[in-house]
Amino acid sequence: MAIRFIILTLLFLSSCTIPSLSLYEDQVGLMDWHQQYIGKVKHAVFHTQKTGRKRVVVSTEENVIASLDLRHGEIFWRHVLGINDVVDGIDIALGKYVITLSSDGSTLRAWNLPDGQMVWESFLRGSKHSKPLLLVPTNLKVDKDSLILVSSKGCLHAVSSIDGEILWTRDFAAESVEVQQVIQLDESDQIYVVGYAGSSQFHAYQINAMNGELLNHETAAFSGGFVGDVALVSSDTLVTLDTTRSILVTVSFKNRKIAFQETHLSNLGEDSSGMVEILPSSLTGMFTVKINNYKLFIRLTSEDKLEVVHKVDHETVVSDALVFSEGKEAFAVVEHGGSKVDITVKPGQDWNNNLVQESIEMDHQRGLVHKVFINNYLRTDRSHGFRALIVMEDHSLLLVQQGKIVWNREDALASIIDVTTSELPVEKEGVSVAKVEHSLFEWLKGHMLKLKGTLMLASPEDVAAIQAIRLKSSEKSKMTRDHNGFRKLLIVLTKARKIFALHSGDGRVVWSLLLHKSEACDSPTELNLYQWQTPHHHAMDENPSVLVVGRCGVSSKAPAILSFVDTYTGKELNSFDLVHSAVQVMPLPFTDSTEQRLHLLVDDDRRIHLYPKTSEAISIFQQEFSNIYWYSVEADNGIIKGHAVKSKCAGEVLDDFCFETRVLWSIIFPMESEKIIAAVSRKQNEVVHTQAKVTSEQDVMYKYISKNLLFVATVAPKASGHIGSADPDEAWLVVYLIDTITGRILHRMTHHGAQGPVHAVLSENWVVYHYFNLRAHRYEMSVTEIYDQSRAENKDVLKLVLGKHNLTAPVSSYSRPEITTKSQTYFFTHSVKAVAVTSTAKGITSKQLLIGTIGDQVLALDKRFLDPRRSINPTQAEKEEGIIPLADSLPIIPQSYVTHSLKVEGLRGILTVPAKLESTTLVFAYGVDLFYTRLAPSRTYDSLTEDFSYALLLLTIVALVAAIFVTWVLSEKKELREKWR
Amino acid sequence: MASIIRSKSVLSVFFINLFLSLVSSAVAVSSGYESGDGFSISGRVKLPGMSLKAFGSPGGKASNVKVVLNGGEHVTFLRPDGYFSFQNMSAGTHLIEVAAIGYFFSPVRVDVSARHPGKVQAALTETRRGLNELVLEPLREEQYYEIREPFSIMSLVKSPMGLMMGFMLVVVFLMPKLMENMDPEEMRRAQEEMRSQGVPSLANLIPGAGRS
Repeated sequence: MAIRFIILTLLFLSSCTIPSLSLYEDQVGLMDWHQQYIGKVKHAVFHTQKTGRKRVVVSTEENVIASLDLRHGEIFWRHVLGINDVVDGIDIALGKYVITLSSDGSTLRAWNLPDGQMVWESFLRGSKHSKPLLLVPTNLKVDKDSLILVSSKGCLHAVSSIDGEILWTRDFAAESVEVQQVIQLDESDQIYVVGYAGSSQFHAYQINAMNGELLNHETAAFSGGFVGDVALVSSDTLVTLDTTRSILVTVSFKNRKIAFQETHLSNLGEDSSGMVEILPSSLTGMFTVKINNYKLFIRLTSEDKLEVVHKVDHETVVSDALVFSEGKEAFAVVEHGGSKVDITVKPGQDWNNNLVQESIEMDHQRGLVHKVFINNYLRTDRSHGFRALIVMEDHSLLLVQQGKIVWNREDALASIIDVTTSELPVEKEGVSVAKVEHSLFEWLKGHMLKLKGTLMLASPEDVAAIQAIRLKSSEKSKMTRDHNGFRKLLIVLTKARKIFALHSGDGRVVWSLLLHKSEACDSPTELNLYQWQTPHHHAMDENPSVLVVGRCGVSSKAPAILSFVDTYTGKELNSFDLVHSAVQVMPLPFTDSTEQRLHLLVDDDRRIHLYPKTSEAISIFQQEFSNIYWYSVEADNGIIKGHAVKSKCAGEVLDDFCFETRVLWSIIFPMESEKIIAAVSRKQNEVVHTQAKVTSEQDVMYKYISKNLLFVATVAPKASGHIGSADPDEAWLVVYLIDTITGRILHRMTHHGAQGPVHAVLSENWVVYHYFNLRAHRYEMSVTEIYDQSRAENKDVLKLVLGKHNLTAPVSSYSRPEITTKSQTYFFTHSVKAVAVTSTAKGITSKQLLIGTIGDQVLALDKRFLDPRRSINPTQAEKEEGIIPLADSLPIIPQSYVTHSLKVEGLRGILTVPAKLESTTLVFAYGVDLFYTRLAPSRTYDSLTEDFSYALLLLTIVALVAAIFVTWVLSEKKELREKWR
Repeated sequence: MASIIRSKSVLSVFFINLFLSLVSSAVAVSSGYESGDGFSISGRVKLPGMSLKAFGSPGGKASNVKVVLNGGEHVTFLRPDGYFSFQNMSAGTHLIEVAAIGYFFSPVRVDVSARHPGKVQAALTETRRGLNELVLEPLREEQYYEIREPFSIMSLVKSPMGLMMGFMLVVVFLMPKLMENMDPEEMRRAQEEMRSQGVPSLANLIPGAGRS
């Protein structure tokens, strides 16, 4: 009986380990986290009426418009516009609608301020490009409506703010006038529209804003010509530059007359050599000129003379003018002083007077101030207070009030360029006994609660307590390495040149680093992150570090910048400004004695440079000299080339770390019929567990597994535009599988009537790609699996016994493998933004495709659905093998969305990293939002799930032991009775 | 009863619609017109529970719905009444997708005719059903979470624990009954046989029980 108990207990134990594949609603947040961002703020409008919540509406460089809580900086609502839908201006109309002008001034939308619902949308037409301007005058009201004036595409439109109806349009393009400013005259319904025709003719129109009637038109020619922006200094005067950029031109159009007045910059006592620029501002009677690296504040005196008020360095930022109480104006000036930032609010026109002067301590990791917006509020003593919204160099957004930072948002995380991971430090200290004793009680209590939860007896408070215990007990936010490898640091590189380390447990920022800007480089851009040093065998006392590769400027020929960052401390270890460029960076599979990975940088002259520059690295490299091959894809020329190392660089300066290369092979695609749109290779660190696949017929198929496989997709040049732009007869998609060592085309397939965009993923011996089928007008996904025929004969047992198989023969990349491919195609419903595949530590677990759909969700699709051996009626044996009957489209199961009911707005990429636990993979999806979760594609077969009830198990064991004793006593008694009988 | 009758009539209307749409999917829909330098496509998204005034209500939230043209070329949003439009379209075939959390929408193929300006044809690509009007409705609602089964005695019985308990109960209560029905002579013989073979009885297993 006891044996049976034990066996049953074991059975029970094993049967309890079946977890569910998908998520229950109360499991949200246990393994995943989601963060919402907006990006670098471009425009901000405050809405701080007495009633209602105080908010600030912003638009950003990620094409996001959002309404933020002014107290805490949280997002009330947010909309991510399309990629081409760049926001040109925002404002608030009628006190309840947010008006946005976007798409180069062609789309005007109104959003409901409280909840972000779009109210109306208007499309503005025009023939010519011009500067998009949005003006929401406060006093142009007809009944309850108010006008919105938009100047875009050479026209001026007046739009009703209630329903978006275009009331009137005036075309200036016919007179080839480029509108520069739309000026509202105070307290009247007249507006001025000023612009240039050509570069020297100045036009001023006076228009009745109510009906678009032209009241007056003046024009005058200025021989010097105009260039650049204009600065409006009063409602009838503006300042601009002449074409030589050395003369400031004051244009006044008072009393239906245009008058020009020239002022030499040198007359103002300034050296006008170099880049002179007028900065757009809205200060009354004053404007800002940027000359080289300093800024001048110039005032227009009452005698129409210009005079320099103040001179500051270029890091100083000025806000727009804010009108507060009875037409008083104020503006803010933000200056840097060491680790502090000085914010001064000055009344309009009076430079020497300060309304507010505050100095706040600023983290130097935030860099310089880029933008400032101010808003006023009434203090309790009826005096005016000011708050400032500051946009920093690192894209963060801060609200400053009364000399304190009220809140800040790290919005650089909305623009991630590249992601890599790093291990956390190993735990060193031991576990104290007191801690265990304390936690035992807690542990039991927690499990009792959990038991209540599973028996559905828990009250809502209990449920909350269970959730809290789960979050705490998972220890997911600890700063040490865990046994299962779930805790990691996500190192992300952002467009702001800031690197963040996010803890994978809860997504918090562990450290952040704004990369150091050297004097030599004015506008560096960052490109990629590489794992530079990942110590695990030797050199354990070294911290891991990452390599950041950037370049100085935008062109690919610009010199490269390397930075090395310690991933534990977040300190920049070193940084170099290189003399050569970096077109391509190749991490090599070799490390030196301190586990620094060898990297090759290819410059635009096709020379390669070895890093780190140590003699040890060079000796390792020299050994593998003849085994180093790489390829380059020139999509514009339609050429793919294979390269190898030739010799040391021959130059005047002897450089041991520079090597000449030679072209081994090249594949030239005919430009008139094929255009490269995608090239995908296998992940270098991918692990494959089984080389062969045993089919149901006891047959063995050997996978063709090569690290040097490249998938290339080309389309007909006519069909390279957006989908639906080409005729099915003149569109085709050709896919290639190319061996990058020999340049051999292993596989080529043409899909007629198909076009891009192509999203592909290459893993193990298969490639899956997504494209558009023009004939069916649906998206399709194709899978191609590659099998090695040369090893197919090995299935003969006799050969195996006699040792005549070629399994032990070395596999060479030079050999010509005989391969066969199998393909199948299915329909897929959605457009796709990114595709990735799960990766696990040993490659045993089956794979899932992670598809980022157009709805910004991430769908996990089992690889079994993309199996070329699927057929309509699989045999019994095939069914047992797990082959799914063929269907024409891939299923979309809502429960298999890994992002469940969340959206990763503006999704751009998906990264998968193996955990140490074989069944589990870590997934990080990024765009404007961030989302991280843990996936088990074949369920967690090697570990108990977190919601496994240990208490229930304990209870069962206790009950069983009790039962044993009871039955023992009973049997004793019975036996005694038997004996007495 | 009334509701049933109504739903029947709705159903029949639906069938007529379906029939009509199958027959006349090539009928032009008046959702496109030429204006200036391009065509426009306008349509409407209908979500269950979304009415004209109910934006912001939890039923159907129009504010979180995006309408995407040609895989991201243009993105637009819904007005409170569910209408949307794309302007400045070229003639040709376009694809419209609706991204709404909680609903599954089929992409819609929209053909804008160049020869007959203003002629627009639409068809769902998933079901190949033609649309008379560009009114997009979700094919189904999407449930992203597994639903926890409410607690029931049966689930407890069916669980491995319950099965084990059941088996134990059977052993404890039914086995003696079976034994009782056996012939006492035979039983004694069997018991003796067992004793002689030294089957580990419970008493022998538990320490301290050996004294008996």
